[in-house]
Amino acid sequence: MSSGYLSLTDADRDEMLAAIGVSSVDELFEQVPPGVRFGRDLDVPPALGEAELVRHVEELAARNVHTGAELSFLGAGIYDHYVPSVADVVLARGEFLTAYTPYQPEMSQGVLQAIFEYQTVICELTGMDVSNASGYDGATVAADAVFVAKHALPGRTKVVLAETVNPQVRQVVKTYAPGFGLEVVEVPHANGATDPDAVAAVAGDAAAVLFQQPNFLGALEPAPELAEAAREAGTVPIVHVDPMSLGVLEAPGAYGAAIAIGEGQAAGNWPSYGGPHYGFLAARSEFTRRMPGRIVGETVDADGRRAFVLTLQTREQHIRREKATSNITTNQTLLAFAGLATLSWLGPQGLREVGETCLAIAQYARERIPLEPAFAAPAFKEVAFRTPLPAREVVRRAREQGVHPGYVLGRDYEGMDDVLLVALTEKRTVEDVDRLADVLEEVCR
Amino acid sequence: MSVSEPGRPWPNAPLVFERSREGRRAGRPPRPDLPVPELPDGLGRTSPPRLPELSEPELVRHFTTLADRTFGVDTGFYPLGSCTMKHNPRVHERLAALPGFRDLHPHQEDAAAQGALELMWRLQEMLAEIAGLPAVTLQPAAGSQGELTGLMLMRAYFEDRGEERDTIITADTAHGTNPASVTMAGYKLELVETDARGNLDLDDLRGKVNERTAGLMLTNPSTLGLFDEGIEEVARIFHDAGALLYYDGANLNAVVGISRPGDMGFDIVHYNLHKTFSQPHGGGGPGGGPVAVRDRIAPFLPVPRVVREGDAFRLDHDHPKSIGRVRGFGGPFGVFVRSYAFMRAYGPALREMSEVAVLNANYVLARLKDVYDLPYDRLCMHEFVLSARTLKRQHGITALDVAKRLMDYGIHPPTIYFPLVVPEALMVEPTETEPKERLDEFVDAMRAIAREAAESPETLKSAPHGRPVRRLDEVRAAKQPVLRYDFGERERADATA
Amino acid sequence: MAAAESYPDDLRYHPEHDWARIDGDEATLGITWFAQDSLGELVHFEPPEVGSTVVKDGAAGEVESVKAVSDVIAPLSGEVLEVNQKALDEPEIVNEDPYGEGWLMRIRLSDPSEADSLMDAAAYTAHVADQ
Repeated sequence: MSSGYLSLTDADRDEMLAAIGVSSVDELFEQVPPGVRFGRDLDVPPALGEAELVRHVEELAARNVHTGAELSFLGAGIYDHYVPSVADVVLARGEFLTAYTPYQPEMSQGVLQAIFEYQTVICELTGMDVSNASGYDGATVAADAVFVAKHALPGRTKVVLAETVNPQVRQVVKTYAPGFGLEVVEVPHANGATDPDAVAAVAGDAAAVLFQQPNFLGALEPAPELAEAAREAGTVPIVHVDPMSLGVLEAPGAYGAAIAIGEGQAAGNWPSYGGPHYGFLAARSEFTRRMPGRIVGETVDADGRRAFVLTLQTREQHIRREKATSNITTNQTLLAFAGLATLSWLGPQGLREVGETCLAIAQYARERIPLEPAFAAPAFKEVAFRTPLPAREVVRRAREQGVHPGYVLGRDYEGMDDVLLVALTEKRTVEDVDRLADVLEEVCR
Repeated sequence: MSVSEPGRPWPNAPLVFERSREGRRAGRPPRPDLPVPELPDGLGRTSPPRLPELSEPELVRHFTTLADRTFGVDTGFYPLGSCTMKHNPRVHERLAALPGFRDLHPHQEDAAAQGALELMWRLQEMLAEIAGLPAVTLQPAAGSQGELTGLMLMRAYFEDRGEERDTIITADTAHGTNPASVTMAGYKLELVETDARGNLDLDDLRGKVNERTAGLMLTNPSTLGLFDEGIEEVARIFHDAGALLYYDGANLNAVVGISRPGDMGFDIVHYNLHKTFSQPHGGGGPGGGPVAVRDRIAPFLPVPRVVREGDAFRLDHDHPKSIGRVRGFGGPFGVFVRSYAFMRAYGPALREMSEVAVLNANYVLARLKDVYDLPYDRLCMHEFVLSARTLKRQHGITALDVAKRLMDYGIHPPTIYFPLVVPEALMVEPTETEPKERLDEFVDAMRAIAREAAESPETLKSAPHGRPVRRLDEVRAAKQPVLRYDFGERERADATA
Repeated sequence: MAAAESYPDDLRYHPEHDWARIDGDEATLGITWFAQDSLGELVHFEPPEVGSTVVKDGAAGEVESVKAVSDVIAPLSGEVLEVNQKALDEPEIVNEDPYGEGWLMRIRLSDPSEADSLMDAAAYTAHVADQ
């Protein structure tokens, strides 16, 4: 056998073929019609043993400039927060790593209990009643939430998105919306935030209004007023939130949101060039039976012991099929567990301190960086600055000095080719910000 | 072969919230000596979230306890049909954790992410070769999302041609994600029957395909583990009607390097990286669901796409006919690292992976078909379906009972009650990474259970005996849903009632 | 505790395993013993709205067990007058007493002649034997 992952010896094969009653492995494939048989070897690179494989892949990895190789202030949806080593405990245990969906609860109490704990943590963060076991990422959970709203308010034909919502989130909603029979309407930003009156003006026949807190431009939205405008119009208010902000920012459930969603990466996952991460989705109790994705519930076993099990499965594809609340099967459990471990490691105190540090260092950056802030609205951990030359050029020059200064908002927004979005986290120090300030001073001359 | 003793002690597993004690903490984030700005009125947190409060030792113990109560492929045989629970090579974890991958920000300039982009491009090339279709997107996050993407591609393709087609046809053996995806994509669903040999019923099919048909969604081999012997005619029927064929790649493990979906006549294919290409299942995810298509469908693929120009690689957004984005960034990159490494370890011998998968399944089938009911008397591919129908009729023992008793033999049950066309179904997929002894153990256990069904059915009815919990009250979980920890609220409410 | 198998003579039956007890221009509807047996213990009944119209052969709400969900198929057309609160609160009553306390809804018939196309108990019993 060519691979160390296969155990078959010649003796094994002969015994097995005899038991089956055929004389060769080829005979097993006679059910494949000759017209569709692949008549040559796969044209793929030759096999590599483990050491050679590692060498080859390490070479690929070495050609990437990661956050350890330059001082990076990139954010815009994916953040360089600290991932504690306890997250590795979860990610490294072979049982968690190699188990699948806990359809057989007696074999999977560990996974089920961890999901139940994750659901609880998400509800606590967001102030909601029910959470699912995770969605694919922060963008697709927006499509999921819109699907829930569509089913709750059949007959409504629109979905309203604030322009200050992450562009990738809006793009995904726009991809899914035609299949849902919904038209997408966007509300332009007003000086970096969203005006509740502008939302009210277009929300009349919408199933849902989606806004983000803090928003993609780094600014804090008037979230309670936006939620109220959405509610007054009879829509489902959906808020996209940053899990690491919820120690200092109000829970969406407390200001009238119906569904809270977000990208979980900032809580416990490495950036990993975009994934895999986990999306979270939590809602008020009236949406329980319409929730997409897996949900774990508590029950008892035949001896009265507390136990956990996938429940309300009749919502899901394997039972409800074409009427399912979503087609999702495989989700992002392992990454959600890393989130659970991280949020448990922080605790309520630690999460509040992360939030306070983000606020403090972002404020320091706002004052220290020799550029004009682009918007008046207060920030959480990202500040947008106006650059005297195109922001792309600022990035290029700064990187030559080993600093990536941030995200060019002109990639997504008209008229913002000269706006740089600088992300701060608890990993950025005063010295880091000073260095950024010095580099920007120089490259913007 | 041994059966676990009843009464084996499992330690208690308190919830992480039950291990909490007020004032304890593990992490201490950096706190610079800077003032914390005040938040505007109404925006600040009024009531802190009740996150766990515990120090690191208890946190580590907690997750260790939970892992102990979980059975994975690393623990033992896990023949869950249609899930392809193959071994997950450990080197992949080392590779995905390389700082050049793990710490790479997805908004990094393309020029500073060449290693990552090259890996993605090479993965695309290998996937295209395996499917026999030239254009690939890596973006979809899982098989289901790949399905939805494929259906959206179909819709875009027909809209571009000005053709109105509103129906998708799937097999009655289809995995539930197929009809669910059809609905999410805004299509209507039509089912086609399976004949006595386990192939699509061509007469039934011909009656259902017409000018309103957008396409077929099919997995081949089917969820019965059988290769559709009429697939060439199936493809002709759809193509003659101007419709497309979509391949659900859930069962690709049977045919890699042996038959390519593109050559079978499929126009759109999704892969399940967490099935065929060894991304670990992670307790439910993550996965990856890349999609490959024929050239004429390529313009509609999601953006961004990874392209090569000379020696350089970049993300290309310039595709005006694209259906748009289905997921953030280029897709779940960490999954790509693992699948890429897996495929590079095999090279062209990926064909052997499928050959052994099919050999293993047929071996187990051959040794069990005299003891369980065999709905379709054919050689299988990488998985097979048996039925406990006779056990139920003669002894009242169901597929569920068989599954629960298997746990006492240290084996994870196969998929049960699917596909729906087989009563008391047991769907077994051994995969290629199991050695013969594991297969023999499974056969011995299944044969023993069939004997126990006759001799001591009450042992089966009350199984499992050796796991942390006995059978669960799932009715209660559905009728009185308790979906999060209540922090003693229920107790306090009961006390004051 | 599920009931013993039975198909009362005074009812009319729909092949999708639903029954109707006709009383003048009104009818009480429910699911048969066979239906509740196939589903297993019911955990949820999602009713149609009172005041809405149900159409013969169409869906009139849903019943769910742990492992299955099924449309309730209206054997006859009409306006929904009342929905059984007991079935909403304790869905297992449908398993225990599918023709009595486990009734699901009462409708005012829009076309009483539709009843002619339904099966009697003998025909339905034969139909069930074929399933």
